[in-house]
Amino acid sequence: MSLVIKFTPDTFTNSPKTNHELSHIARTLRTDVVKSLYLAKSGHSGGSLDLSEIMTVLYFNGFLKYNSKNWKDKSRDRFVLSAGHLAPILYSTLARAGFFEVEELGTLRKLGTRLQGHPGLDTNLPGIETSAGSLGQGISIAIGMAMSHKYLDKTSQKVICITGDGELEEGTVWEAAMASSNFKLSNLCWIVDNNDCQIDGRVSEVMNIYPLREKFEAFGFDVIEIDGHNFDDIKMALSKYEANLKNTDKPTCIIAKTYMGKGVSFMENKYEWHGNPPNKDQTIQALNELEL
Amino acid sequence: MMNKYIYKGLVPTRKGFGEGLVELGERNSNIVVLGGDITGSVLTSYFKERFPDRFFSIGIAEANATTIAAGLALSGKIPFFASYSAFSAFRNADQLRISIAYNNVNVKIGGGHSGITVGPDGATHQSLEEIAFLRTLPNMTLIVPADYNETKKATIAAGEMIGPAFIRFGRSAVPSFTDENSSFEIGKANVLREGNDVAIVACGLMVWPALEAAEELSESYKINARVINLHTIKPIDSFTLTNAAKECGAIVTAEEHQIHGGLGSAVAEVIVKNTPVPMEFLGVNDRFGESGEPDELLNYFNLNPKGIIEKVLAVMKRK
Repeated sequence: MSLVIKFTPDTFTNSPKTNHELSHIARTLRTDVVKSLYLAKSGHSGGSLDLSEIMTVLYFNGFLKYNSKNWKDKSRDRFVLSAGHLAPILYSTLARAGFFEVEELGTLRKLGTRLQGHPGLDTNLPGIETSAGSLGQGISIAIGMAMSHKYLDKTSQKVICITGDGELEEGTVWEAAMASSNFKLSNLCWIVDNNDCQIDGRVSEVMNIYPLREKFEAFGFDVIEIDGHNFDDIKMALSKYEANLKNTDKPTCIIAKTYMGKGVSFMENKYEWHGNPPNKDQTIQALNELEL
Repeated sequence: MMNKYIYKGLVPTRKGFGEGLVELGERNSNIVVLGGDITGSVLTSYFKERFPDRFFSIGIAEANATTIAAGLALSGKIPFFASYSAFSAFRNADQLRISIAYNNVNVKIGGGHSGITVGPDGATHQSLEEIAFLRTLPNMTLIVPADYNETKKATIAAGEMIGPAFIRFGRSAVPSFTDENSSFEIGKANVLREGNDVAIVACGLMVWPALEAAEELSESYKINARVINLHTIKPIDSFTLTNAAKECGAIVTAEEHQIHGGLGSAVAEVIVKNTPVPMEFLGVNDRFGESGEPDELLNYFNLNPKGIIEKVLAVMKRK
């Protein structure tokens, strides 16, 4: 069976949508991830897929303020993907939001591409706020941004950062956690992609990071636990963060329970899909399952 | 030729760093400083007192401070973070590589209390490896100023250039010999003394002993040494070094740092490629430091005019 990869040209607006509409976008992002990873022949499928609903709400429901045609606008909200290996879902999101041409998704990980295996600021790819890939650094970058906005620029834009859960094994994330409340960064929203999978196995078995709620609460966060695939949950948590930003001195931590590989049956909740791309047959099956 | 530099007493280079930061702060409101607890040691305390709203205490968390600095720079600020070089070049090595150098952000790092002259604290605190590490990072500028005035100038110049920079300086009081009017330009080595028999290339606190050694070589050995203050290790001044090799025919390097990978290696990379001439390397030879008073340690490691003269005599035999 032959497989010709084409990316649909659709882009999506950044305005409030029904869950049905959001679901269509999330499926589009998943399809992009599968296609670009198949073409790349390497990369991280599982975690990229499981962030589809969260990225959809962040970028396509009017939550993050951005201008994809003038993306360095100083008043923009900031989004930092600390888990840099999840670049495929970020690239797909940015392309579908109009930051660059959707077709470029087919260049992922290839020589000369702006879509590096892990995001690289040196590529000047629109929408990329920082290089990321060495785990644990993005969250401290987000803190620097939040400090700049709150204390130096005195502006109230949002700073959102997604880390993995295995990433929480890096000690510097707890230095970051300490600094978040020390500096009263209510403009910071830290989303933990809690799929409980990392390359070697279950996070709790490789190194037990739990309990998470208690840890983040002890570090001074307002902690919200949600189903990371449920649009209403995601919207609710982000609204709570917006209220925290306005009314409190507390940073927000959203612990999003997700399932690695969500949306592709044979990848779901399987840590083996942390760092692998689908082969041809797997791609055909995945695209059939995701058919729009 | 007599050197025109006059000894003006002992002043710690860290004082130049602290004062340079304040001057930068006066000039540019985007300058911010991050503290790593030891602000009174590396003298970021001067900035903290003068500009409390632009100073942030990050605590004993060098990796976090370095990465937060990157975030501030990505928001248009010009952050400086300083700690002991042992910690601001190594505890945060991954952060320097990815968040600072790869991101190519406008962050400046101060490495204070560098080298063996931090003294009695001993090997853990005597960083002797940061030149080797930092000069391998793409986009990084690396400056090792020679004395108090030059450290102040280097700090201001680093704050006014765009891109990541690291400034290495020390704790102890060292000879001060440059002044307000001495030239300082990042990437441009200063020839402090003319001579055509041998070139002594030094950085940091080894520059003054190099000048002393040159005088002694002239008086006692009739060897006319050129003295080059290579304050910027990266980008390296290939032009001045290549000329020195051509015109002098032999080079001695002197640094308060491991020989492996340091200033001498950087100079050798230029010389071997352009104009191979005999070289000798003075530095710490593949060992850690140990406790002692700064002057005792410099003599113990032969990092003094006598050590430089020995290397010059050795290299002259190979010409």
